[in-house]
Amino acid sequence: MSLQHAGPASAPRAVNGTALRADFPALAGPTRDGHRLAFLDSAASSLKPQAVIDAIADLYAHHYANVHRGIYELSEDATARYEAARTRVAAFIGAASGREVVFVRNATEAINLVAYSWGDATVDAGDIILATQMEHHANLVPWQQLAARRGAAVEYVAVTDDGRLDLDDLRERLTHGPRLLAVTHVSNVLGTINPIAEIVELAHAAGALVLLDAAQSVPHAPVDVTALGIDFAAFSAHKMLGPSGIGVLWARRTILEAMPPFMTGGNMISRVTLERTEFAEVPGRFEAGTPAIAEAVGLAAAIDYLDALGMAAVRAHERDLFTAAWEALTSIRGVQPLGPADPELHGGAISFVVDGIHPHDVASVLDAHGVAVRAGHHCAQPLMDRFGVPATTRASLYVYNDLDDIERLVTAIRGAQQLFGQA
Amino acid sequence: MDNLYRDFILEHYREPHNRGVLEPHDLHHAESNPTCGDELSLTIQLDATGTAVADVAFVGRGCAISQASASILSDGLRGRALSELAALDPETVIAELTVPIGPARRKCALLAWKVLQGAVRGEPAEWPDVPLSPT
Repeated sequence: MSLQHAGPASAPRAVNGTALRADFPALAGPTRDGHRLAFLDSAASSLKPQAVIDAIADLYAHHYANVHRGIYELSEDATARYEAARTRVAAFIGAASGREVVFVRNATEAINLVAYSWGDATVDAGDIILATQMEHHANLVPWQQLAARRGAAVEYVAVTDDGRLDLDDLRERLTHGPRLLAVTHVSNVLGTINPIAEIVELAHAAGALVLLDAAQSVPHAPVDVTALGIDFAAFSAHKMLGPSGIGVLWARRTILEAMPPFMTGGNMISRVTLERTEFAEVPGRFEAGTPAIAEAVGLAAAIDYLDALGMAAVRAHERDLFTAAWEALTSIRGVQPLGPADPELHGGAISFVVDGIHPHDVASVLDAHGVAVRAGHHCAQPLMDRFGVPATTRASLYVYNDLDDIERLVTAIRGAQQLFGQA
Repeated sequence: MDNLYRDFILEHYREPHNRGVLEPHDLHHAESNPTCGDELSLTIQLDATGTAVADVAFVGRGCAISQASASILSDGLRGRALSELAALDPETVIAELTVPIGPARRKCALLAWKVLQGAVRGEPAEWPDVPLSPT
């Protein structure tokens, strides 16, 4: 282990991406073509440190039984670990208590839960849901579906040419009286960091609740849901060094307690007769069936790892790498990065277009150079339409990236341009 | 560097064979690949019997693999019976590219085959006009 830090209590120090590589088994070996892997696709899903893998294996080996059921040692042990993970999440995001934390499969399921439970109970014919042009399909399709079920409408806040939310358009649309504003904290395509505190103030003043898609922010920066003043937040463990198969819905307790169940079955009840069912208190009401127990423990281990680095240090590390990457990309003739140039407004995801080369071809050439990026529409087709491109190539940063990865990216892009005669 | 972008592929991409639109045409089909925006529109003129391909042309835009595949596939269509083309095995289309096509690029490589299938089976085109969709 090469971790350069002692633990959460130690003073935050700079994240050393090069040193952290040793914690991630996926980065150990050479790629198919013999390169040191430059993994630049963490916005899709992050790699896992050995500590997380070990925590999951340890749970299955020594502490596993079903939770909330058995009156025996193993089950009580597993239940305690599962619930401790919930408390760990609550502390990490500044939630008032673990009771506000619902474990779901991923951010997508969290948003669907709100759309079906809160949405079906609250939204009426003629109501408006306000989303934005930069939303991931996960924060867009559930609202379109809710609107279709309830006879409501979805409106979208416009995006400026440099990839920021148009706040004048937001103000104008808030006058239409939307029930909810569904907005991303950080764009998975443009990397834009939205001014959420300011947006929440505007939305609340207009009587709209705010659902925050935090899938690209909670893994990368300090996020305090209480301080932000939002009403719902959704994120996935797999983008923050944790396992796939578990995510989080956070909602303010008063709102959560008023919401009807989404899925029904075991665990989420308090009393069932053949005639009727009384539902459990929150958050259990929203966790039907056996939950993702080992995954919750894996998420807690991922949070331990991130906390030890310090989220402010993680953010600073990515900001530094972003600055270097932006400068390098803009210096290549024929390459146009999208989104804000200001590192204070831009997270670790950088989409770019290479003149004359389709993003899939860019990604294939980069792959041959041992550089892993994403190419496509990034589950944000309306945003692609907004910028008039069918797809982009996206490089995204995380704790285990370093300047060498950026240099390799640049070299590989130049290689693609040479191959395609665009240099 | 793996050899996905061998000269054979890049030459077909840069200077595609059978590029254009046949007017009049007997068969037309057009499809896009929404995951990456590749587009292909194919027109075919039949021979006097109405059962085999006399001439073929395509227009399209997208990645090198999708466009080179259309060029290479179209080269081998003249004189072939529609019944034979309807039964064309997609693996032979992949094989004729002569480069390693991984699972992530199969959709690109087979767009031309899909459009050909749509044309010979008379399926409705994704967009009616022969040129590319007005995106």
